[in-house]
Amino acid sequence: MQGDFELATTIQPLPDEQNARLQSQYAMALAQKRRQMLLGAIIVVLLILIAAFGAEVDPHKFVTNFWKFPRYFFDMTPHVGLSTFYDDVTEWYWGLGKWLKLMAETLLIAYVGTVTGAVIAFVLAFFASNSMEVSGWSKFLARRFLEFCRTVPDIVFALMFVVSFGLGPFPGVLALAIHTSGALGKLFSEVIDNIDMKPVEGLRASGASWSQQVRFAAVPQVLSNFTSYTLLRFEINVRGAAVMGFVGAGGIGQLLIEYVRKFYYVDVGAVLIIIILTVMMIDYGTEKIRHRLIAKEGMS
Amino acid sequence: MNNRSSSQTSLRDRFPELGEMRGRYAEAFIGNRRDEVKAYLLIAALISLYGFGLYYVGFTPMMLINGFGKFGIVVKAMMPPDPGSWDNAIVFMRGVIETLAMAFFGTICAAFLALPFGFLAARNIVSNSIIHHAVRRFLDIIRGIDTLIWALIWVGVVGLGPFAGVLAIITSDFGAFGKLFSEAIEAADQKPVEGIVASGGSRLESIRFGIIPQILPVLLGQVLYFFESNTRTTTIIGIVGAGGIGLYLTETIRTYLWEETSFIIMLVLVTVAAIDFISSKLRVAIIGSRPV
Repeated sequence: MQGDFELATTIQPLPDEQNARLQSQYAMALAQKRRQMLLGAIIVVLLILIAAFGAEVDPHKFVTNFWKFPRYFFDMTPHVGLSTFYDDVTEWYWGLGKWLKLMAETLLIAYVGTVTGAVIAFVLAFFASNSMEVSGWSKFLARRFLEFCRTVPDIVFALMFVVSFGLGPFPGVLALAIHTSGALGKLFSEVIDNIDMKPVEGLRASGASWSQQVRFAAVPQVLSNFTSYTLLRFEINVRGAAVMGFVGAGGIGQLLIEYVRKFYYVDVGAVLIIIILTVMMIDYGTEKIRHRLIAKEGMS
Repeated sequence: MNNRSSSQTSLRDRFPELGEMRGRYAEAFIGNRRDEVKAYLLIAALISLYGFGLYYVGFTPMMLINGFGKFGIVVKAMMPPDPGSWDNAIVFMRGVIETLAMAFFGTICAAFLALPFGFLAARNIVSNSIIHHAVRRFLDIIRGIDTLIWALIWVGVVGLGPFAGVLAIITSDFGAFGKLFSEAIEAADQKPVEGIVASGGSRLESIRFGIIPQILPVLLGQVLYFFESNTRTTTIIGIVGAGGIGLYLTETIRTYLWEETSFIIMLVLVTVAAIDFISSKLRVAIIGSRPV
């Protein structure tokens, strides 16, 4: 009895002829895939070479000058002795009051720009979305306007506004606001496209006006998403505001570019550390708020 | 008709039991009210900060009108977009091509450099929490510095020109890619890895055959997305002298050559739109239409 035992699932080997055919077809399929990969790789490498040529990439220059890069950071850090630690650091941060004030100005520029842009985006997004029925031409206008605001970089707006509004933080705020309205307007209108249409239809059926449909059916659904996107944009705008000063549009960038141009390495290092710490703190804070928002969303 | 009239009656008339409910579920109602007060306070604080900000940047309606009046003159001077001469047009075109080359080369290089750091910063690959936290903070610091600031630093190292811009893109994208890659790696399904280890594969093989095939499409999508956004960034990097069309853009604005400025802006808009189109098509082909 025991000797006859045979597994029910024993696999019979294929006949040789069939096996060979399968093997060869497998090899062919594999070879074809490899050929495609190789072709793709060759195209990418060619493109990289062309791009490197176009961008004047020069390995020789890179190698001969690379030592300057760590040197740059080395120059940025002052001599801080252990015994005179406090004095060295206070001397390094001689301009701390001025720098912090400019950093606060930078944050304020980012804040006012973000809020203004978000408000504009909020209004225009309802006109640009597919789900709130608006007339074709106002949708078209809203979309093209948002597209334009989004595509022109904020610092280009700042360059032009500095000419018409004069130097100072105001052109920076305006530039950030316009670019933000474009970027957020697109995201907002996509959120609105994806809302549940039942509340809107319910309100429409009971005779609500367009603005009432927006207020009571759409806005409650989109508000937390909007807040989350606005916070993300605020992070981006803090970075943007930090360089607005490069073109004279206020904030800490003005001082940074001055120090770089005058080769005040140690001060460049000090200011950079302030910027990095602020950006990291803002990122951390907004991330916390966004996680809480998402958690709330999940509960309701 | 009936409907219309009922909508005008007050909430209290429609829910006569509201008062009773308030008494019975006092806690729920008060809780709501406390949240409401908190929300109103927050909104009030945000609005007053906004008001202070407007005051601080010197906002007055008059100033806005005056400024936009002047800006209107500028916009009028921009029409029609005109490069000035054929030679200029060719120079600007070259600038755009240089910009594209910088963005492409920079993005690809950054992606290759960031890949190993993405693995180092991923919790499921490097279990040593000191290493992965150190790598994360290092990437955070690099990301905290804007591309324009990197460009400024690299101009000091390799001199003016597009090469400095390329290096700036590589450095700033390196930080961003490192973070995104590590998140993609952490989100990868662990089952294929376990399968490979169980059937006797080495650690390296489990990464090569268990993780890489999962994350490659995600990574490619991110690289394409960054190429798109880098074409925008690269157009402005020339402001600090790091090559590309930004140099001409700044120059024409500073010398009030408005028709040329608007020509360059048009050129940039068309290029960016074309790149967006091509890259989004490629992205959909690679990973389908899910968001990056």
